Amino acid sequence: MAKPPSDTHYTKEHEWVRMDGDIATVGITDHAQEALGDVVFVELPEIGRDVAADEACAVVESVKAASDVYAPLTGKVVETNQTIIDDPSLVNTDAEGEGWFFRIEIDDTDAVDALMDAASYEEYLETLD
Amino acid sequence: MIENALPDDPTPTPLKATPLDAWHRARGARMVPFAGYAMPLQYQGVLAEHLHCRAQAALFDVSHMGQATLTGVSAAAVMERLVPGDLLGLKPGRQRYTLLTNESGGIIDDLMVSNLGNGRLFLVVNASRKDDDFTHIAANLDAGTHLQPHDDRALLALQGPAAAAVLARVNPDAAQLPFMAVAAIPLAGILCLISRSGYTGEDGFEISVPAGQAEALAQRLTAEPEVAPAGLGARDSLRLEAGLCLYGNDIDELTTPVEAGLTWVIGKRRRAAWDFPGATVIRDQLENGAVRHRVGIRPDGRAPARAQTDIVSGDGTAAGGVTSGGFSPSLNAPIAMGYVRKDMTADGTPLHLIVRGRPLPARVVPMPFVPHRYAR
Repeated sequence: MAKPPSDTHYTKEHEWVRMDGDIATVGITDHAQEALGDVVFVELPEIGRDVAADEACAVVESVKAASDVYAPLTGKVVETNQTIIDDPSLVNTDAEGEGWFFRIEIDDTDAVDALMDAASYEEYLETLD
Repeated sequence: MIENALPDDPTPTPLKATPLDAWHRARGARMVPFAGYAMPLQYQGVLAEHLHCRAQAALFDVSHMGQATLTGVSAAAVMERLVPGDLLGLKPGRQRYTLLTNESGGIIDDLMVSNLGNGRLFLVVNASRKDDDFTHIAANLDAGTHLQPHDDRALLALQGPAAAAVLARVNPDAAQLPFMAVAAIPLAGILCLISRSGYTGEDGFEISVPAGQAEALAQRLTAEPEVAPAGLGARDSLRLEAGLCLYGNDIDELTTPVEAGLTWVIGKRRRAAWDFPGATVIRDQLENGAVRHRVGIRPDGRAPARAQTDIVSGDGTAAGGVTSGGFSPSLNAPIAMGYVRKDMTADGTPLHLIVRGRPLPARVVPMPFVPHRYAR
């Protein structure tokens, strides 16, 4: 796995967030896909849905278990990745790239600063073992 | 995100290790707690291991299961007081699936019983139930019968269409065993107790081996090109595709053999005598019908419905619950089994599964989901 770009932020719920203006692209981290195992089903939020930070708004299921995916920031869902509906295994093969889940137009772009950067997330992962 | 324990595992600590613990870890297995043991959930991945078992052969460590020998001239008669199966009629060298039942007709455990001859029955019971099972059996012995648990033995399962060809290379005698037969046969110089049976729906073998030689045997079997190790994740998805019950999910002390669709385990002679625990309840259900039955379920979309999912009928009334559910790698679709009201058991019956608060259309289907390929 290539080193994630430095503009990527992370949550304790193992989502990643990449900002482009006020649009946040959200997915699950490589660590999360590894822990889940083979992803077989993804459910994504409706476009136009208002989501609050930490609200469950998507579902990812592996052969073994179902997990919620949370909105890392407050805003409105503007786009979802239909490709992972048709091919959920993309979440395993490229979790932090083509396997993104949804895009949110966020209310407060400063809120992203409260999330972890790559180095902090790495440190956080070490505390979980 | 949820971490990777299998569902419904009451995890006591510290965990026990099987004789193959180091062998699993050296192969990169992800170890998880299951029934008090550290067990391999997966090595390469559940999907790959599952499909490999269906295509070639998989080796499972099932050493957490309980093994014991019941010895005595009346061993079969003693055991018949606890199960509805015909064990007096079980010939030497033959194995039978049966159930320990309670006085309410509930299932204490499901188990395999083999007749080793000379008044010896070999038992294989579920890991989560073995302490209770052995206590229960020991409490019902007569003076001449002795129960000896085998904590000193490991149990390996070699499963898949290539299993017989693989075993034939190690010892051709083993591959000659008919389905549901059992024999003491050496493999690579290790005296094993081998049965032709399993929990995947495929042809295969279960191999009881002295703990100290388990690693050498696992090494020998995985040296064959068709064999890959597989973990509990694949074991669960394989048995679900095969329509086989998981104790604690699909059957328990509040479930009867009639409700579970396991009445075929009741021996003909036992069905005339009605002399096993719970016979009164089970007989009444056989004659008058049970209020619920275990069925196979196919959700319409791609969303899996897991155990504990509520089932409702077309008119929105409560209809039952899912007891096992997940994704079928072979069918590339979700599958489930569960209990439904007796008016909803016919194949094709439409129903709804309440997944994340929304009704998911599904229908009752026959099991197994994937045809059995036993060596008949």
